[in-house]
Amino acid sequence: MARVTAGVTTSHVPAIGAALDLGKSGDDYWRPVFAGYEWSKKWIAEERPDVIVLVYNDHATAFSLEMIPTFAIGCAERFAVADEGFGPRPVPVVIGHPDLACHIAEKLILDEFDMTVINQMDVDHGLTVPMSLLFGQPDVWPVRVVPIAVNVVQYPPPTGNRCFLLGEAIARAVASYDEDLNVQVWGTGGMSHQLQGPRAGLINPVFDNAFLDDIVDNPSRLRAISHLEYLRESGSEGIEMVMWLIMRGALGEHVRVLHRFYHVPASNTAVGHLVLEVANPNEETLQ
Amino acid sequence: MPDDAEFDDIPGTTVFTAQRSRQGFALNQFCMSLMKPQNRELFKHDERSYLDGWPMSEEQKQAVLDRDYNAMLAVGGNIYFLAKIFATDGKSFVEAAASMTGMTVEQYTAMMVSGGRSPDGVRSIKEGR
Repeated sequence: MARVTAGVTTSHVPAIGAALDLGKSGDDYWRPVFAGYEWSKKWIAEERPDVIVLVYNDHATAFSLEMIPTFAIGCAERFAVADEGFGPRPVPVVIGHPDLACHIAEKLILDEFDMTVINQMDVDHGLTVPMSLLFGQPDVWPVRVVPIAVNVVQYPPPTGNRCFLLGEAIARAVASYDEDLNVQVWGTGGMSHQLQGPRAGLINPVFDNAFLDDIVDNPSRLRAISHLEYLRESGSEGIEMVMWLIMRGALGEHVRVLHRFYHVPASNTAVGHLVLEVANPNEETLQ
Repeated sequence: MPDDAEFDDIPGTTVFTAQRSRQGFALNQFCMSLMKPQNRELFKHDERSYLDGWPMSEEQKQAVLDRDYNAMLAVGGNIYFLAKIFATDGKSFVEAAASMTGMTVEQYTAMMVSGGRSPDGVRSIKEGR
């Protein structure tokens, strides 16, 4: 049986990808950002997940204003790296897992989550920057990816509560897949940032750190955060953090924190990163 | 569900609602076209003529020609779409964001490196917090 074993959350700032691609990761400005991922890179090299269900948002790349799906799942064999206006990032093509993705799509829809199914899609920095942060610069990505794209561009994004419930449904769908697969769920985006208007540059470390605390053992508080509160407290683009709740919903009630990192700034954004593993409370008692 | 008055109460912030998406449809779709290298070249060669190929208002076209990002937001632009314009110009998100705050890039970068803009005082106009 396939199973969700761990979750990763991380910001997906495009400038992080550019810094890596242009060989600037050792610069004074960028070194502390990449240092926050060193532990995670070693961890994932040992974990060797088979598939990542990677929750991210498209940034006006695959989806223009012609169609705006709230939740979409990528079922293709591969996903090309998008040209976002300055040429595609020099990273490997993203390899999908069509059989698992189609299974998840079918289960989710029958579980009453009305997914949009994608059979062809280019992926942007929202997906490739987290891959680079965890896997570095390989010739081929060492894992297959099932992309879950969430609309956070046009108001309103789905609620945090709905995202959490979708995560729970993803875990059920994965658990009903016959092949023995080690699956991780990643929630990307955030943390506080505002990219537009005279209030651009907003950063709220109090809000962010409370979010990092509570996503571990008090996610019910986060599920109730309103869109207005995200906008006020974490900036107009901080609302991306609803996607972290999909990851959290997929991990079940009890999780263990393996790694936590927070840094300001990367470009306009507060970088937050967590590695969580599924904890069995009975197992903890036995230990 | 917040209404526009609640959004307007957040200073210096434009929320990209379905209504704004309607208003800015042509502007944002023009931005999308800049994801193709040949379109970037055509736009750079003659911006006015390229913009005239889109059913945009004169106000929208002028805001693009002026690279006035706050003006583009006001006429329905969305920042992730507008990003295609400054990417075409070879400018970063930091440079574009700085231009919207009235700060120089140096001032804005210094603010970010020292922890960013505090939310204190810019959460709500009517509540003064």
